[in-house]
Amino acid sequence: MGGQWIAFQTIVIKEIRRFMRIWVQTVVPPMVVTTLYFIIFGNLIGSQIAPVEGHSYMDYIAPGIILMSIINNAYANVVSSFYGAKFQRYVEELLIAPISDWLILTGIVVGGVARGLVVGAAVTVVAMCFTDLQLHSPLVVIAVVLLTAILFSLGGFINAIYAKSFDDISIIPTFILTPLTYLGGIFYSIEMLPPFWQQVSLFNPILYMINAFRYGLLGVSDVSLAGAFAIISATIALLFGISVWLLHRGVGVRS
Amino acid sequence: MTNALEISQLKKTYSHGVDALKGIDLTVEEGDFFALLGPNGAGKSTTIGIITSLVNKSGGTVRVFGADLDQQPMAAKRAIGLVPQEFNFNMFEPVEEVCINQAGYYGVTPPVARQRAERYLRQLGLWEKRRTIARALSGGMKRRLMIARALVHEPCLLILDEPTAGVDIELRRSMWQFLREVNSRGTTIILTTHYLEEAESLCRNIAIIDQGRIVEHSSMKELLAKLHRETLVLDLQSALTTPPTLTGYPCRLVDPHTLEVEVERQQGINALFSSLSQLGIEVTSLRNKSNRLEELFLSMVKEVQE
Repeated sequence: MGGQWIAFQTIVIKEIRRFMRIWVQTVVPPMVVTTLYFIIFGNLIGSQIAPVEGHSYMDYIAPGIILMSIINNAYANVVSSFYGAKFQRYVEELLIAPISDWLILTGIVVGGVARGLVVGAAVTVVAMCFTDLQLHSPLVVIAVVLLTAILFSLGGFINAIYAKSFDDISIIPTFILTPLTYLGGIFYSIEMLPPFWQQVSLFNPILYMINAFRYGLLGVSDVSLAGAFAIISATIALLFGISVWLLHRGVGVRS
Repeated sequence: MTNALEISQLKKTYSHGVDALKGIDLTVEEGDFFALLGPNGAGKSTTIGIITSLVNKSGGTVRVFGADLDQQPMAAKRAIGLVPQEFNFNMFEPVEEVCINQAGYYGVTPPVARQRAERYLRQLGLWEKRRTIARALSGGMKRRLMIARALVHEPCLLILDEPTAGVDIELRRSMWQFLREVNSRGTTIILTTHYLEEAESLCRNIAIIDQGRIVEHSSMKELLAKLHRETLVLDLQSALTTPPTLTGYPCRLVDPHTLEVEVERQQGINALFSSLSQLGIEVTSLRNKSNRLEELFLSMVKEVQE
């Protein structure tokens, strides 16, 4: 296991070095975007909106905006890193080495989680300049952040496995991830929606993550916390199983 | 003695239906310097891809130092170092990092990985470039980086897939010398190359693969002994207008100053030079038309295709 542990550490360090080397492309843009969200939606428009579930609109949207950065960056890190490795063929360095498939996957996912956490922390600092953020339940906050980052890192990995061009790694984030995130209750409570759309929203997994995170910070949620953790954990287990199977079969990486 | 590599009935059919390997058997002894030759598309890279786990096989078995690739993949992988045909490192990483990361993937601790990276980068003349990003290296340097990277985990079996392609003659010769030294320290080497002079100069045993089958598997000495005929190229002092009549030696005039003569192995060339002297033809220099192995290779591949 000693050798495997060193291999795992090597993958993780390499992944972290990769996104830190280009921090201007990876860490700074989410901070700029978040600042704009707070200025436009929170300050200019939000000041005209009544408190939501007992919190100012600015405070209400902060958890969703932070989690959205974590989701996007965990996903983007893994999809771009793994597809880049396929494109330049240095994924072969890993495939020929004596490392278990699940450990390769875990190392790459930890890289995605690390970027999610770094960006999440940076965005939280920005949020603290505009809001009076509370910490209702630190354990829930930590658990939701980690699980969400893991889940979307796995999603990014599966996207990268099937991607055959750089277009393929932007299609899912643009046409699936972004709409689901925006419709996942970042800027509103689903109680504001008509009953039919409330029911439809419950099929959006991101809704559960955002609400669980909002509970951790503000103590309010549109969904049950236990239900949210069950859905997130089950999705992670499913995606992890699929990812290991794809890697073992060599889909997209072996002839 | 353990065999470094044992391949039995190895088959590969690609998803588009091409049978790249049709059941090949191959054995490479420990410590050998082995050449795997074949024309483009013969199945060399597929074979290497399967041995190194980059290509999924369709059938057969592969054992590396006794470890079955299906049953003990970790042990088999640990024994192998690969220098692939195409550059496959992260072009944006510094040279030293490429080597240290590769060592890490094989469980080598960071301090040892750094020592080995330094040793091999120095031996291959890349130490001064250790902080340069890989993309900025010349083609020859990139090839040497792949050799250094393949050696950092100190494999027992080093596989080189056309390692000197596109490398200038001087560098190629220095790489040959380096590979001889690696082999002399006990590392088994399998080499594929298009430069048959390279195989003849370096390798003790050889297999020729064509159309997914092994058409020859023997020692280099035995193989070269099968060469029955050589073509000699003679540069002439004075111009000729028609080919001379040389009894027993078919010849043709390439240009007024160049004569090609076919010589049977048992004939020798003394009688040829006697005939030339009698005809008053002065020869200024003499060389083989092609490398001896090249002639054999071409005749074997041609036989298979016929």
